[in-house]
Amino acid sequence: MTAPSPDRNTAGGGLKVRGLTTTFATPRGLATVVDGINLDVAPGEIVGLVGESGSGKSMTLRSIVRLVREPGKVSGQVEWQGRDLMAMREADLRKVRGAEIAMIFQEPMTALNPVLPVRLQIEENLSAHTTLDRRARRQRALELMNIVGIPAAERRLDEYPHQFSGGMRQRVMIAIALANSPKLLLADEPTTALDVTIQDQILKLILDLRDRFGMSVVFVTHDLGVVAATCDRMAVMYAGRIVETGTVAQVFAEPHHPYTRGLLGSVPRIGAERSMLLSIEGMPPGLIDLPDGCAFHPRCSFATDRCRAERPPLESFAAGREVACFHHQTVAAMAEAA
Amino acid sequence: MRDMPLISVEGVSKRFRLPRTASDILTGRPPAAVHALNNVDLEVHRGETLGIVGESGCGKSTLARCLVRLLEPDEGLVRFDGKDIGLLPQAERRAFNRRVQMIFQDPYSSLNPRMSVRQVLSEALSVHAMRPKADIPARITELLGLVRLPADAANRYPHEFSGGQRQRIGIARALAVEPEVLVADELVSALDVSVQAQVINLLLDLQERLKLTVVFVAHDLRLVRHISHRVAVMYLGKVVETGPTEALFATPRHPYSKALLDAAPELDPARQTRVAAARGELPNPLDLPTGCLFNTRCPFAFERCFAERPNLSNRGPAHFAACHLTDFGKPTPATIAAQ
Ligand SMILES: Nc1ncnc2c1ncn2[C@@H]1O[C@H](COP(=O)(O)OP(=O)(O)OP(=O)(O)O)[C@@H](O)[C@H]1O
Ligand SMILES: Nc1ncnc2c1ncn2[C@@H]1O[C@H](COP(=O)(O)OP(=O)(O)OP(=O)(O)O)[C@@H](O)[C@H]1O
Ligand code: SF4
Ligand SMILES: [Mg+2]
Ligand SMILES: [Mg+2]
Repeated sequence: MTAPSPDRNTAGGGLKVRGLTTTFATPRGLATVVDGINLDVAPGEIVGLVGESGSGKSMTLRSIVRLVREPGKVSGQVEWQGRDLMAMREADLRKVRGAEIAMIFQEPMTALNPVLPVRLQIEENLSAHTTLDRRARRQRALELMNIVGIPAAERRLDEYPHQFSGGMRQRVMIAIALANSPKLLLADEPTTALDVTIQDQILKLILDLRDRFGMSVVFVTHDLGVVAATCDRMAVMYAGRIVETGTVAQVFAEPHHPYTRGLLGSVPRIGAERSMLLSIEGMPPGLIDLPDGCAFHPRCSFATDRCRAERPPLESFAAGREVACFHHQTVAAMAEAA
Repeated sequence: MRDMPLISVEGVSKRFRLPRTASDILTGRPPAAVHALNNVDLEVHRGETLGIVGESGCGKSTLARCLVRLLEPDEGLVRFDGKDIGLLPQAERRAFNRRVQMIFQDPYSSLNPRMSVRQVLSEALSVHAMRPKADIPARITELLGLVRLPADAANRYPHEFSGGQRQRIGIARALAVEPEVLVADELVSALDVSVQAQVINLLLDLQERLKLTVVFVAHDLRLVRHISHRVAVMYLGKVVETGPTEALFATPRHPYSKALLDAAPELDPARQTRVAAARGELPNPLDLPTGCLFNTRCPFAFERCFAERPNLSNRGPAHFAACHLTDFGKPTPATIAAQ
């Protein structure tokens, strides 16, 4: 349906997602939580995925590595370094997941094993995916704890997850994810529960790994400041679909989708203190009976009859830029005027 | 000098005693206590919005609860209109309970799911006998209009509303009794960004129209900067800096405020500064450092910081910081020229 932007070269490396779709059969009908998503991530590139709560960001990440729980059904194409993850046998995929592709989940508490000391959880991951011997694994575990900034790591390695603060648990998760120097990191709100000074340390760590090892990252967050600070490109999701993509600088400077415009406008800016913020009225739609036409039309101040009848496809309008809106030029012109 | 503050917090400390453990009993030690507030001084002026910021666990909610007397300080006192609220006679205490209203963090659990919006609002109106019974329906319609909810919202129940709408019901309930002060603890943290803006706009508008005094507790620096006239920065149960919003954000005078501001990602992709902020974690509130509370993380700490705890002292018009480095962050001719 949509052509990938011609200037994105991911041949041979990186991640290429085409038509990724995830559905859930529910008693009230079929919910399409991820709806035909295309996404490219080049080696060493950090792509931010933003959007309202429930728009399908976490499901997109889980679908990419086939970690959607029953009764979810995933279809579409996911190519990682030229290999088709969708067609891969489960056993092979598991190897890829722990080694080349790592994931940081949204809830660190549920992802750590409460009855195993932290050291064992890191070492377990190392023994499953590397040929390091016992001593080297211990050494590497300690090194990782130091990298993610766990104070007094040596003393604390033998503690259990509940003895760590929320921020420290989150960092243990990150240490486990980074244990095997992955080539692709799928990070779902990795810093949301953390205080800003700790968040800052972790964002620097991720940037550093990208610079040193060419790690690619898909970074899910609702914090536009984090996107501005860390990402190269961004994709904006609404109701299971990508509605806008571009470099972070392009999208921030000139949003073309009314939802993106609203999202950026609802964040306070320096120099406009105590002024009214742009707000998006109304609520996101239910995924079972999406509005006809553009899913955003009930909340959109640019909507016309065409928007209510016909669904706008995600189309490229400039190099590296895509948008799904019939009136995006009008929207962009307003952003410029403002 | 400014006029008398509407609320003043004077040397307030609050500890939470933890349950006695077996080893406490064996060693005859008193049980451990969390030092949630440590000698807090703060003023709130009539008609202003005061923002309170700081990292998780620094005592923001505890301070907010002391302001509305949901908690009693262990030491120090809170004055409202010049009077110690701990010593108010019954009738004045009731009036205080009406004049100062708190709105809570969680829009999902702070409303009774079995009460319709009408019941929630009429309860608030009748507890403080705000209106003759006959006028209550008209007042409810007025309140719903004030927070921009449709009049038919009155007959609906909390689960039928979105998070942003529920937060507006909470605001309507607080406004029902015509308060002078709103203490809002993390009013919008649980909401999506696009919905946060609705509630923030409402708060700005109401404050102008009703001349409210607002204490806005939040960990989101951008929001606090946006709506506050003045800001107080807390660290480990102490206010370490207060000042006019603009001055505090432009030239933070405490190393912790500076670290906090530097760590918050800038919204403009072109303005990212990636400089080293504070290292390490908050120290243990069970066992406070001697001297300055920030000395375990402060890159500038020197001898005196480990021996003596600094108190708030003046740094400029209405600007105070608690740091032994009185010149820290002081604007130089060069930085002034650059602005
Ligand atoms: N088991 C399920 N059955 C039906 N729908 C589901 C199921 N699990 C998730 N969903 C729906 O899928 C949609 C996408 O969820 P997802 O977790 O991806 O959202 P998100 O964008 O990550 O939101 P958040 O920002 O809140 O984390 C949501 O609307 C959710 O209600
Ligand atoms: N009832 C209580 N019993 C024991 N400790 C408590 C109690 N209430 C608060 N504390 C502790 O007091 C300290 C301050 O807590 P408070 O809730 O005021 O922090 P906060 O700044 O509001 O944090 P947050 O941003 O996470 O809401 C924390 O260490 C907390 O664990
Ligand atoms: S297609 Fe129409 S309704 Fe959808 S975002 Fe664009 S203008 Fe609004
Ligand atoms: Mg999610
Ligand atoms: Mg709190």
